[in-house]
Amino acid sequence: MTALVPYEQALEAYEPVIGLEVHVELGTNSKMFCGCPTEFGAEPNTQVCPTCLGLPGSLPVANKKAIESIIRLGLALNCSIAPWCRFARKNYFYPDMPKDFQISQYDEPICVEGYLDVEVEGKTYRIGIERVHLEEDTGKSLHVGGATGRIHGASHSLVDYNRAGIPLVEVVTKPVPGTGALAPEVAKAYVTELRDICKTLGISDVKMEQGSLRCDANVSIAPRGATEWGTRSETKNVNSLRSVERAVRHEISRQAGVLDAGGRVVQETRHFQEDSGTTVSGRSKETAEDYRYFPEPDLVPLAPSADWIEELRAALPELPTARRRRLQGDWDLTDLDMEALINAGALDSVEETVAAGASAEAARKWWLGEIARRANEDGVEVSALPITPADVAAVVALVDAGSLNDKLARQVIEGVLAGEGTPEQVVASRGLAVVSDTGALGTAVDAAIAANEGIAEKIRGGKVQAVGALVGAVMKETRGQADAATVKALILEKLGVSE
Amino acid sequence: MGDLTRLTAADLGALIASGEASAVEVTQAHLDRIGKVDESIHAYLHVDTEGALTAAAAVDSARKIGSPLGPLAGVPLALKDVLTQEGIPTTCGSKILEGWRPPYDSTVVRKLRAAGVVILGKANMDEFAMGSSTENSAYGPTRNPWDLDRIPGGSSGGSSAAVAAFTAPLAIGTDTGGSIRQPAAVCGIVGAKPTYGGVSRYGLVAFSSSLDQAGPFARTVLDAALLHEAIAGHDPLDSTSIDAAVPPVVAAARQADVRGMRIGVVRELSGEGYQSGVETRFAEAVELLNSLGAEVVEVSCPNFDYAMAAYYLIAPSEASSNLARFDAMRYGLRVGDDGTAGVEEVMSRTRAAGFGPEVKRRIILGTYALSAGYYDAYYGSAQKVRTLISRDFDAAFAQVDVLVSPTAPTTAFPIGDKVDDPLAMYLQDLCTIPSNLAGNCAMSVPVGLAPEDGLPVGLQIMAPAMADDRLYRVGAALETALRERTGQLLIEGAPPL
Repeated sequence: MTALVPYEQALEAYEPVIGLEVHVELGTNSKMFCGCPTEFGAEPNTQVCPTCLGLPGSLPVANKKAIESIIRLGLALNCSIAPWCRFARKNYFYPDMPKDFQISQYDEPICVEGYLDVEVEGKTYRIGIERVHLEEDTGKSLHVGGATGRIHGASHSLVDYNRAGIPLVEVVTKPVPGTGALAPEVAKAYVTELRDICKTLGISDVKMEQGSLRCDANVSIAPRGATEWGTRSETKNVNSLRSVERAVRHEISRQAGVLDAGGRVVQETRHFQEDSGTTVSGRSKETAEDYRYFPEPDLVPLAPSADWIEELRAALPELPTARRRRLQGDWDLTDLDMEALINAGALDSVEETVAAGASAEAARKWWLGEIARRANEDGVEVSALPITPADVAAVVALVDAGSLNDKLARQVIEGVLAGEGTPEQVVASRGLAVVSDTGALGTAVDAAIAANEGIAEKIRGGKVQAVGALVGAVMKETRGQADAATVKALILEKLGVSE
Repeated sequence: MGDLTRLTAADLGALIASGEASAVEVTQAHLDRIGKVDESIHAYLHVDTEGALTAAAAVDSARKIGSPLGPLAGVPLALKDVLTQEGIPTTCGSKILEGWRPPYDSTVVRKLRAAGVVILGKANMDEFAMGSSTENSAYGPTRNPWDLDRIPGGSSGGSSAAVAAFTAPLAIGTDTGGSIRQPAAVCGIVGAKPTYGGVSRYGLVAFSSSLDQAGPFARTVLDAALLHEAIAGHDPLDSTSIDAAVPPVVAAARQADVRGMRIGVVRELSGEGYQSGVETRFAEAVELLNSLGAEVVEVSCPNFDYAMAAYYLIAPSEASSNLARFDAMRYGLRVGDDGTAGVEEVMSRTRAAGFGPEVKRRIILGTYALSAGYYDAYYGSAQKVRTLISRDFDAAFAQVDVLVSPTAPTTAFPIGDKVDDPLAMYLQDLCTIPSNLAGNCAMSVPVGLAPEDGLPVGLQIMAPAMADDRLYRVGAALETALRERTGQLLIEGAPPL
């Protein structure tokens, strides 16, 4: 195996071109060509019928809701919608394909020629969309008895056809040149944006971890200044947004290593390894498989009327880009602040927190601070943490009311994250209310002055800045529950000094 | 009451509805006849004695409590073994499906049940409906009731032979390139291929999806119309099914009047390769139609000459994909699963053992025709020819109401005669293929026996899509006139078994 070339070094010599194929499972109630339910996680082979099992004599009937969903996605991606197109059969033998062909689209996709703009480090990249088409998902194979879980070495295989026939949208980009060192970030930003659009349209739950959004990353590199692009690899099994970035980065380094060693990049399918962050070779595509595509004779052509398309276009919800622009204005954020918020995946949370009554500033501070730090530690999205925007809004309200200071608020959030209950419950159970009773504070202040007579003397002598030490002592005594400003005022008052 | 098996479906239905005969009696009479003669005919692959009698008893009970019965309630029928019937073996004439019992009813079966039709059993057929003689059945050939050494036509030869042998008054067949019409012709009975999309294909095991169509066999045109009406109509489970009213076929069969109709004789479907007795009887029948008040003109459909070539690219292409699912994984035959063979090897061994030579020939042909680099030249060109044939029909139907031709170029040939010559076998479908390619409707009606061999000759009537009623109008007029001449239906003169 050839050595990897460090990423920066690879970029000095080579220019990457990326391309992404994203599969999105539509969240329709029934499958693409039959009435079977689509719920995730059911007992194997319980959501099946003659059609999705491909039994002899069964026939497909296209799901209108799925067609509506893909047209809406196509419109959101600025595509043209074909006035007439057909499904096609993709023929190949595999046990998880009940009919040994997949109903897909070939040379007549329903949505073509669109684009999606993504922003990375303040710069906009326009990703060309070549096509968006509709197909049926395959069943799921479970290879038993081997070491790797792959078919090689397995003693037998089990197939679950619950997934067979679930509507799948494939979004294929055009090759994207010109991203340079930011190729991995652009790839990630594109998949993120596409995911957000699907979520906004409500057409899929887009859960990468459950496989409802799957991504293949195509990467090629060519020496800087070369007139032709290099040979691409197609990396599959890229199951998280972070993996998209890592897979592209790794492929650039790997291919640079191959070329530097005088080798040539093989056109092949590769698999991303989550644990090592590397890719390993799958089957070679040097001898392209012949899928013998032909128009699916069991289905009538799709011919969405212009009126219907316009109706769907008019009813599109506010898309993520427009929404971000609106929120950035409403919250008065700089581009960089906004990007930080997006990168942290905290936009929805902040918006909901603001809706629950918090100021944008305070909401952003908590989600990007304490909570983002914790999400990062756990390696999850902020939205996956056990704290809701309502919780954060409640904490902000307590701070605004003077019942909590920042330090206590952090402890409250920590408590909520630890599953100790709502902010109110955490405040109560941990006894975290700010001590604002001047009588109780007075005792603590007196004690602090008595124990630090030297410092008190300095303050009396005019070194007012020394008051910090006494404030610290009082805060320590009250276990942080006092309001620092009140403490400071009280000390100065007792010492007869004015600021 | 005489022999119930000699009666027409319409008469049987009337007797059952009036209570003069019970459905169980009628069914039993047919089961008895199957027991008596099917050993020599081999029209049936499976006889469902218990299911048939149960269905018949249900019709009798319904009548007793006063439920209205349809015209075919209690009438027995043979079902081509290519249509699914829940729990009943469905083999498609192939070893690869031996033992498979489908868990669901085809729409045709569902509609038959709703009409109270009694399904006697599954009829023999060429494997996966590929053939014109039923010799390609993995379960042995069916014999022609007119001459047991001859073929009953194909691929629906079991269906045609059952009706011609009086073991069923009605049968369902399927027609991809002539597989209802040619067997009807060589057995001396009536068979119709409805307009593509007129009868649901749900539960019809696909040979060539864009060509397959189920339809009726009967001994009279009216019986065929009654069965056609029972199985036709829009089905949301088949997206190629036409969402429109069923053409008034029964009324047309009763009308039986061709006065004022314009009938076109297709010039290209005659001449070299046509048996002289077939041409003689065809010409006489056309004369007869003329004498009944139809205007007869000659029409040219030049692209019909390419129909056969286009068909043998389109049908095998679709078949190569449709038959891929028979891979030993989920149902049917599994060969070579000895614990050492991988999945591809088991698939390969199963398909090698399970498919017969004609099916393999067509899978290979179709796989080749769809291959990258050949697609445009073969499948693509064939689709263009298909369009041209449709245009020929459009032009013809702008001039005439129906077209006519011989149904098949020859009468029934001897078993074994063409098994080693697939091209000669394919020529049997020369006249019938154009209607499948265009998706319109067509029928074969018996018009007499060829003088040289004394075997039945069929005349084909072709009509525009969704004008199926015209077939029945012309067919019934011809049948009535011929019956007036001879005093009986042609099939009633078949030699006793």
